[in-house]
Amino acid sequence: MTLASTETAADVSTGFTKKQALYGVFGLAVLLVLAKLIGILPEFLNRIPEAYIPDYAATFDAGFNAWRDSITTVTRFFSERLEFHLKVTAHLLYGARVHFFNPIDWLTLMTVSSGAVLFLDNRKAALATMITIALSGIFFTFVVGVGGQFGGMSQHALMWVFLVTAAVLGGMMAWKDNTFSPLIVLGVVFVYALILNGYKLGPLPWTSIAATAAVIGYYLGGWRLGLLGGGTFVWTALIGQWKLAMETMSVLVVAAPAAFIIGILLGIAAWKFPKFDKVLRPILSILQTLPFFTYLLPAVIFFKVGPTAGAMATIVYAIPPMILMTTLGLKKVSPEIVEAGKMAGCSRWQMLSRVYLPAARTELLVGVNQVIMLCLAMVVLTAFIGMPGLGAKLLAMMNSFKLGRSFEIGVTIVLLAVMLDRLSKAWVVKQPEHFERGASLWKRHFYLFAAIIAFVGFLLISQVVEVADSIGRKQHFSKGKEIDGIIKGFLDIDIVQAVTGWIRWFLITQVLIPFRDAMLWVPTSAFILFVTSFSLWLGGRKPAVFAFIFFCFVASTGWWDRSVITLYTVISAVILALLIGLPIAIYAARSETWSKRILLFCDTAQTFPSFIYLLPAIMLFGINDVAVIFSILIFTLVPLVRYTVEGLRGVPPEMTEAADMAGASRRQKLLNVQLPLALPTMAVGFNQAIMFAFFMVIIAAFIGTQDLGQELQRTLAGTDLGKNFVLGMCVSLMALTFDLTILSWAEQRKKALGLSS
Amino acid sequence: MTPSDTSGGVFNKASTPMTNIKPVISCKNVWKLFGSSPEKYLAKLPNAHSYDDIRADGYIAGVKDVSVDVHKGEMLVIMGLSGSGKSTLLRCMSRLHDITGGVIEVDGQDIMALPEHELIDLRRNKMGMVFQSFGLLPHRTVLENVAFPLEMRGQGKHDRRERALEVVKLVGLEGREDYFPRELSGGQQQRVGIARSLAIEPDIWFLDEPFSALDPLIRREMQDEFLRLQDLLGKTIIFVTHDFDEALRLADRIAIMKDGAVEQCDTPDKIVLNPATEYVRKFTQEIDTARVVHARTLVKPMPPKAPTGKALRGSATIHELARTIVNDTRKQFPVEDDDGKLIGILDRQEALDILLGSE
Repeated sequence: MTLASTETAADVSTGFTKKQALYGVFGLAVLLVLAKLIGILPEFLNRIPEAYIPDYAATFDAGFNAWRDSITTVTRFFSERLEFHLKVTAHLLYGARVHFFNPIDWLTLMTVSSGAVLFLDNRKAALATMITIALSGIFFTFVVGVGGQFGGMSQHALMWVFLVTAAVLGGMMAWKDNTFSPLIVLGVVFVYALILNGYKLGPLPWTSIAATAAVIGYYLGGWRLGLLGGGTFVWTALIGQWKLAMETMSVLVVAAPAAFIIGILLGIAAWKFPKFDKVLRPILSILQTLPFFTYLLPAVIFFKVGPTAGAMATIVYAIPPMILMTTLGLKKVSPEIVEAGKMAGCSRWQMLSRVYLPAARTELLVGVNQVIMLCLAMVVLTAFIGMPGLGAKLLAMMNSFKLGRSFEIGVTIVLLAVMLDRLSKAWVVKQPEHFERGASLWKRHFYLFAAIIAFVGFLLISQVVEVADSIGRKQHFSKGKEIDGIIKGFLDIDIVQAVTGWIRWFLITQVLIPFRDAMLWVPTSAFILFVTSFSLWLGGRKPAVFAFIFFCFVASTGWWDRSVITLYTVISAVILALLIGLPIAIYAARSETWSKRILLFCDTAQTFPSFIYLLPAIMLFGINDVAVIFSILIFTLVPLVRYTVEGLRGVPPEMTEAADMAGASRRQKLLNVQLPLALPTMAVGFNQAIMFAFFMVIIAAFIGTQDLGQELQRTLAGTDLGKNFVLGMCVSLMALTFDLTILSWAEQRKKALGLSS
Repeated sequence: MTPSDTSGGVFNKASTPMTNIKPVISCKNVWKLFGSSPEKYLAKLPNAHSYDDIRADGYIAGVKDVSVDVHKGEMLVIMGLSGSGKSTLLRCMSRLHDITGGVIEVDGQDIMALPEHELIDLRRNKMGMVFQSFGLLPHRTVLENVAFPLEMRGQGKHDRRERALEVVKLVGLEGREDYFPRELSGGQQQRVGIARSLAIEPDIWFLDEPFSALDPLIRREMQDEFLRLQDLLGKTIIFVTHDFDEALRLADRIAIMKDGAVEQCDTPDKIVLNPATEYVRKFTQEIDTARVVHARTLVKPMPPKAPTGKALRGSATIHELARTIVNDTRKQFPVEDDDGKLIGILDRQEALDILLGSE
């Protein structure tokens, strides 16, 4: 299958001119290169002269500074709201102190709580919940005052008044109307009230959390997931990383729900108002390709340092997929279900809350899964802006080359990721099951009771047995030093050293450096034209126009050389990944069992926070270019292999059967039937690989690179918002160029093959 | 298009004939066009434009100048092949689609003029609908699905549970109240759909190919079930199907649609005996006329010298009477209705022609 056959899929009427355009652009690029070779190329075509480079960063900064105060007032306001919830979870998970109260926080709590009740039950219950919380808030404010300290007797009396009211009200509604949500929501608010009043509820004992996770896991996916759920927390506690993990989790449990709520609201808005959708889409695709450093600096500037900034960056980072999944899910609701809702006489709110959202359950839950995973990945990365937790510790350990401890933290992060992913995915496929008539309350809510018993049981045990509460400094089983010894010992073995040393030498001197130098040698003008012609050839007219504009912008920022180095790293890593990944995938796709194994492995590997991939790279190759390439390589290998296997396995069986009956040999079948049909799917994998590579190359700045990532990381230390933004746009636009081109090709191809659904 | 038979004809099921009562649903010159700006296009549309002409202009005529009345307690079956506009017409009547031109009145009220809340009220209290692929809410149990319309109009939990249990029993799903839709077979799921549509005790019952997604055997069973329910409830029904046999079996009147327009609208007997167009004839060709036509359709007024002897039942089909018609050599038979009152005479030769084909 040749790529050139795309032309048949492209607009036929303009096919001829497209070909001409392609030759023209490509020819011009070649001419420019030749001109440079014989030395007649004018310098301004080689590199844009310094004098002509507009200072975007300064302009941006100037514009920003004019608005700075008003913007930060707003953002600080939000970050304080966020901080309130962060403090509460931090208190519960690792015993941090909560020491401020603002009535507005009570207001948000009230809104979200009564909104949840309205969604789950009815208006009456929501109103009752709202009034209860509002009254308690007014009392708090009245007695404590804004920002006051806690702890007087009168407050306690008021709190108990609130408790009794809430309990009576919630209980009554649960008893009379069978509506349980007010009880649950008021329970949560009550926990807030307790903590605000200075009761020390946290840190929760690790055994309680582990046991509850085990019950949830068992409920969602049998004993395997039960073991995974409980085991992850047991491991974390025993290895002595409980507090670190809880620091990470405390941000996650605030950021993920926040991203979920904001995402779903924006998603609904985008679905309801097509115009809003039109504006939102390009922003979302830029957001999804922006390097994470670009999220971090604004977060620091706008939202304070530490957990709040980390949480804010995490939320923003996780919102786009939730928006996309929400609109997708709502659009996919079968028209008959919609009509059934209309004919049942649903009002607009009823249509949304009782028909659309429940019917889109699967997509929404997939969105939840993505939100959780992105949040985890980002929370780990917020180590770069000083967010304490597993990521920060891993960063510190890798910095001091303590491989054993890094390895242990890596395992913890991976376990957390896999657990969260598996559990949330199990939730997606979990279908409601009916109970026999007359099943008792106990039977109907068995898992709920089991979870409560497990939680409370261990809470009580931990009051008596100290180890069940927390594992002390000297009690854990960390073998950091020993593992460090083993790894370093292994790396010291002559053969290993010889192999890694040779790979390093070969790659650096024979492949990477020549390739990089060649790319840097190409004149800017020719480079842009080459990229444009590539886009034109593969994707067609529209992607080519975008490619040209995007790369011209990159060239005009003055960060051309670093951009080219970034691009070179991405391209070489992806090519290496292709060379390794394709044979593996093609081989694996031959048999059912191997396909399954590989897909399972890829599924698992894909959940790892990207940061983890640096670990083996550093272990094997130390700190240099090869480690960077290697970490990108294994990171991009995952989508490449995965989509190739899926593409090959997804070839309709009647087509392979037809090939078999036509007497095709295995090779002929592969080349003439399977690969051509799998190519669109593979292209999606290839595209994702490139996106992953752009993401990873920035993180790899940590190892020490000379590309945009390095500059980006440097901006984090200061307040260079403009520069940070410009660098981020460079990465984003280069990534988008590939994204547009390859996806456009895949789309055309799928249509041409009649594969699009 | 053929003007609809507005004289109303509920002779098939031998219920009380409707005379001069306002129709429950009345469609007058209804148009539904799909396209970029259908209203403007319709305003300028020349009279003679055919379906294909309209399509050439970039519009699809979902419903093309249809006038049809449905009377109280009558079952109108809209029959047509896929793309004929039958489901679209049904959705216009329930205002799931907004029509482009014409008037649809329900109980004398122009439904296009209804504001949103009144439309919602109308649906909450008067209309029920059954869908081809059931349209059940996957996250709700059978009982919760059936109670859904009641919940939407704000009935209390206990109240709606009671009513839902009643309807679930009516459709024969007792004991499965707590099942989820995906745990049920197709036939059972459609029973849930039927139960849901009946929960609010609607006056008007819309059924959009309710049995098309089912296996032939189940389909037959569900049709019987449906006839039983209709006998019990006597609703005004608009039933859409692409299956001519089904239409003949269930309908009081059939409206046969093609390209958005009604080709013929009449009782099954009359459609089989006198297909109005070539298109309708194609459907009737394969049909055993004797199984469709009832004796009462063929009756002639009593002559002064009435034939004597045993009378035939007017509500029986010619096929059911075949033995008598063949064996009894009287030239003419008296025909009586279900109450034993003589309603006319049946010509033996005519009946034989239908039974055996003419000549």
